[in-house]
Amino acid sequence: MKPAVLTGEHFITGDVACAEGALAAGCRFFAGYPITPATEVAEHMAVRLPDVGGTYIQMEDEIASMGAVLGASCAGAKSMTATSGPGFSLMMENIGLAICTETPCVVVNVQRAGPSTGLPTLAAQGDMMQARWGSHGHYEIITLAPSSPQEMFYLTITAFDLSETYRTPVLIMSDEVIGHLSERVIIPEANAIKPRSRPKPKGRKDRFKPFQPGPNGVAPMAIAGEGYGIHVTGLTHDEKGYPVMTAEAQEAMLAQLTGKIHRNLEDIIRTEAYRLEDADLVIVSYGVSARSSLAAVDEARQLGIKAGLLKLVTVWPFPEERVRALAERVKGLVTVEINLGQIHLEVQRCAAGRAPAMLVGHAGGAVIPPERIIETLRNFS
Amino acid sequence: MKAKSAPEKIGHFRREVLITGFGGQGIVLAGNILGRAASLGDHRESTLTQSYGPEARGGACSAQVIISDATIHYPYVRNPDIVVCMSQGGFDKFAPLLRQGGTLIIDQDLVQPGKIGSDQVFSVPATRFAEEMGRKMMANIVMLGFLTAVTESVTVQAALRTVEASVPKGTEQMNIKAFNKGYDFGLATLKGRRKKAAGVKGVK
Repeated sequence: MKPAVLTGEHFITGDVACAEGALAAGCRFFAGYPITPATEVAEHMAVRLPDVGGTYIQMEDEIASMGAVLGASCAGAKSMTATSGPGFSLMMENIGLAICTETPCVVVNVQRAGPSTGLPTLAAQGDMMQARWGSHGHYEIITLAPSSPQEMFYLTITAFDLSETYRTPVLIMSDEVIGHLSERVIIPEANAIKPRSRPKPKGRKDRFKPFQPGPNGVAPMAIAGEGYGIHVTGLTHDEKGYPVMTAEAQEAMLAQLTGKIHRNLEDIIRTEAYRLEDADLVIVSYGVSARSSLAAVDEARQLGIKAGLLKLVTVWPFPEERVRALAERVKGLVTVEINLGQIHLEVQRCAAGRAPAMLVGHAGGAVIPPERIIETLRNFS
Repeated sequence: MKAKSAPEKIGHFRREVLITGFGGQGIVLAGNILGRAASLGDHRESTLTQSYGPEARGGACSAQVIISDATIHYPYVRNPDIVVCMSQGGFDKFAPLLRQGGTLIIDQDLVQPGKIGSDQVFSVPATRFAEEMGRKMMANIVMLGFLTAVTESVTVQAALRTVEASVPKGTEQMNIKAFNKGYDFGLATLKGRRKKAAGVKGVK
C-alpha cells in the first residue's frame, strides 16, 4: 500500500496531481460523478483513497455528490469533489448551502467549453463568473487557478487549508489543458506539509453555539457526534444555528459570512509577478492562459516592449488592490483568458479609467497562442 | 506555498517533438515515455500534451513533447524539430509543420513520404520489426528506440529505464528488446550516412 504523501519526483497529469495534493492535505472523502475532463481526478481518488483509509463514492449525479461532500465534512472528514461545467452547474445549490452553513469543502472544476454540454474535450475558462456568483444570494467565495500539474498539487493543499481555516467552500478552477498536461511534479516529504484544520470548540458542550465566531472571526466547528449541540440549516440563522426570519438576522449573518473573508484577504489572496518591476504594459491572466502570457512577455521583451505579467493565483476574492496599484502607473492592462471577457470586467472595474484595459479572449476550445497576445501588446505600445 | 516563476533561462537545449499515427498504436504512450525520460531521467524540463477527443481506435492521434533546459511556458509545439509519422494521415497533416532542417521519421511500410528531401527523412520498418518479434503493438517502442538513436532527444539510459517502468508487468524484457532493435537500426542508419558522406567527400 502506498502512503498518503507520495514523496518524490513524478511525471503526471494535472488531474492526478490534484488528487495527490488532496491526499497530502488530508482529504479522506471524495464523492463525485465522472465527467470529461475531470474524470481522472475521481479515477485516481478511487484507486488511492482505500490505501489511506478514506472513502470514495460515485454518486448518482453532481447534486448528490455535493450533498455527500457536505455530509462527510460535517462528520469531520476533509472532503472534495471534482467536475466540469455541466456538473458545476448542478453543484451550485449545495455550494450555497456550504457557504450558508459554513461547511469546509473543496470543489475542483476542470473547465471545458460551454454553455451546456459545449465542447466536452476542449479547454475553456468560461466558468469564472459562475464560480463567483453561480449560487443564489450574496456571498464571498475563495477561488484558486492553477497553471501547471505542480500547482494542481500545491493549490489543492492550499484550497483545503483555506477551506478549513475559514469554514467555506474553496473552488479550484482548472481547465482541460492543465488537467491533462503531463509535467514533472515534485512531492515533498510528508513532514514538510503542514495541513491546517478547522478550528475546534472548547468548553462546555451544553453552552456551545455552533455559529459564534472565535477570535479570528471564524466559528469553531463541532463534528456531528462529539456531544456538542448543533443545528445546521440553509435558512438564515443566529449563532445557535436556529432559523430567524428577520432582516436583522440576515444582515448579521451576511456580515459574518462576508466579513471572515474580507478581514483575511492577506492570507487568502496570492498573486505572482513576472517582470513587472519596469513593465509599462501588464498582462493579467490565470490558469493555462498565464502560460501563454509568460511566453508572450519574454517574446515581447525581445521586441523591445516592456511587458510584464500579474498572474492571479487567487481569482476570488479579486486582488483589487494589486490591480488598482498597477493601473496607477502603467500604460495599459491586457487580460488574457479563454472566454469573451469575464475577469477582464473586474480588471476594467479596478482600473477605473486610470489605464486602458483590453481583452485577449477566445470563445473556448483552444488555448490562446502567445502570438495573439504579442499582437495586442504591439498595437497598444 | 507561493511558488515564484523564475526568469526563463537561455535554453541551450530545446526539442519540440510531434508524434503522430492512429489510435491504438501507442502514440500517446510513446510521447509519455519520451517526456518522462527527459524529465525524470535526464532532469530536463518537459511537457506532454496529446490530441484528446471522442476519437476511436484507428482515428488520427498525436502527442506533443517539448524538452528543454529552460522553463517551458507554452506547452504546445509551434516549430517542431522532430516529426514522427506512423500513419499516412499523420504524415499528410503534420509533416508540413516540420521546421526547416528538422528531422522527419517515418514508419517506412506505413508512410509514403513523396518528394521530401532525403537528408531530412529517417525511415524505419518499426511495425514490421515489432511483428517479427511477435507483437505488433510494440511498434511504438521500436520507434522510440530509433528516435533515441537518431535525434538524441533523450539519453539511451533514461529511455530504457523509462520503457521498463512504463510497460505492463511481464513484458519488460520483450519491450527492451524492441527498443534495442529500433536503437541499433538507428545507429546503423547513422553509420551508413556517415560512410556515404565520407565517400562523397573522397570523390571530391
